Amino acid sequence: MGYIVEIDRLFMKYHSQNGEIDALSDINLKIDKGEFISIIGPSGCGKSTLLSIMSGLLAQTSGDVFINGKKVSGTSFEVGYMLQKDELFDWRTILQNVMLGLEIRKMHTSENKKYVHELLKTYGLYDFKDKYPNQLSGGMRQRAALIRTLAAKPDILLLDEAFSALDYQTRLAVSEDIYTIIKKENKTAILVTHDISEGISMADRVVVLSNRPATIKNIHKIELTCNKRTPLCSREAPEFRGYFNTIWKELEVHV
Amino acid sequence: MSRVQQKDIIISKDHRAYLRNLKLKRLAILLTQIFILIAFFALWEWAADKKIIDSFITSQPSRVLKTLRNLYNEGQLFTHIRVTCVETVIGFVLGTVFGTIIAIFLWLSEFLTKVLDPYLVVLNSLPKIALGPIFIVWIGAGPEAIVVMALAISLIVTIMEVLNGFLTVDEDKIKLVKTFGANKMQILTKVVIPYNFPTIINALKINVGLSWVGVIMGEFLVSKAGLGYLIVYGGQVFQLDLVMTSVLILSVAATLMYQVVVYLEKILVKGE
Repeated sequence: MGYIVEIDRLFMKYHSQNGEIDALSDINLKIDKGEFISIIGPSGCGKSTLLSIMSGLLAQTSGDVFINGKKVSGTSFEVGYMLQKDELFDWRTILQNVMLGLEIRKMHTSENKKYVHELLKTYGLYDFKDKYPNQLSGGMRQRAALIRTLAAKPDILLLDEAFSALDYQTRLAVSEDIYTIIKKENKTAILVTHDISEGISMADRVVVLSNRPATIKNIHKIELTCNKRTPLCSREAPEFRGYFNTIWKELEVHV
Repeated sequence: MSRVQQKDIIISKDHRAYLRNLKLKRLAILLTQIFILIAFFALWEWAADKKIIDSFITSQPSRVLKTLRNLYNEGQLFTHIRVTCVETVIGFVLGTVFGTIIAIFLWLSEFLTKVLDPYLVVLNSLPKIALGPIFIVWIGAGPEAIVVMALAISLIVTIMEVLNGFLTVDEDKIKLVKTFGANKMQILTKVVIPYNFPTIINALKINVGLSWVGVIMGEFLVSKAGLGYLIVYGGQVFQLDLVMTSVLILSVAATLMYQVVVYLEKILVKGE
């Protein structure tokens, strides 16, 4: 009890005409409320599959996922999903875009609208609410995408390589930005990435996955000495390099 | 600093020259276009006058004008134009509406799409004019058969065009709304249709042309009025004046209708 996410003996198998593929094999993981977890693994190992199952988009072959103690069976309000690209709709204004989730769930009550306006104000997008996505910078678009996810008041955020479509400098700035917002809103977050530095810099714990079929190879508790824990500051902590090297070795990258 | 620059700080002298050059080029194109049009009709008139070409089979601009006047005085001109235009508009609207609706149903059911695929391919390849006699027998030799002809030509193309657009929607956009728990109908209305708005407008543009083809073909087969009727009738009685006049009216009417769709596109797509 008390865990916000509990993954219990999770297996996933894909079927196709050419045969079957084992994507996940015996994944067990417990996550505390407010934790920031990074999942790092080689590309194609099944990281995104894991997120899809947790969000209820995909049905697992066997095993269970519990969120707030309830078994996941389909998408729910409690889980927010952020994709690789911001996926803002060009034909909607920023306000209409961030209202999308509430609209689909038929929750666009005046109370929720007020909450969205608050979020836009807090995170500096209020003046842009009537603009269209192509009038915003990459960083602002990502922030709008996060507000779209937060608007439905999820407890858990799933970030699926959420920054990898951005160029390196924007990426550093955006991950700093998003991290701060997530911590401020006191959300539990699970980030899937293949970028080791990014994974360590944001996480309380890093989960390292093996090649396919993905199993949990190791879980590292990240403890860094810095004044205020933010991604940029974490990268300068003396322990950072040590974690990087250990995880790098565990990933067994062969060229 | 020259006076020109003082008056207009933002635009430099070079840029001003560049803009003037651009304007001149555009003007040159327009003038050449007008010149070609005038030259074509002048040459036609002149060659017919000098008996270089036989105006009995080529007609002549002055005779076209005379025919036009006669048709107008007899009160027939606008009747024929109206009949053809109404048939085209009805065929066009029906083709677009039904084509889009059928495409939506096909998108909703992958099974149906796969089942109907070979039938669509056959219907698309089939020259629709071959169905003309069937329509006439079933529906009767009237304007209804002509509208159905126009519909037959534009419908399948619309279905394929729109469905193809629906199926090429960015998968991640669909995944996004699915994470919010969207059902199939919501995916359709929130993502697929708005995403494909330009595709649908494009289908409209193709449909305008196809509807004209269908209506004129239909009028060739059965009709008592309309521009297609005038063309066929003129051909049968060897009145090339009437044929040429009708063809010219037709080209003006078809262009106008196309421009209306382009204008609609401007408001609906670019105005947003």
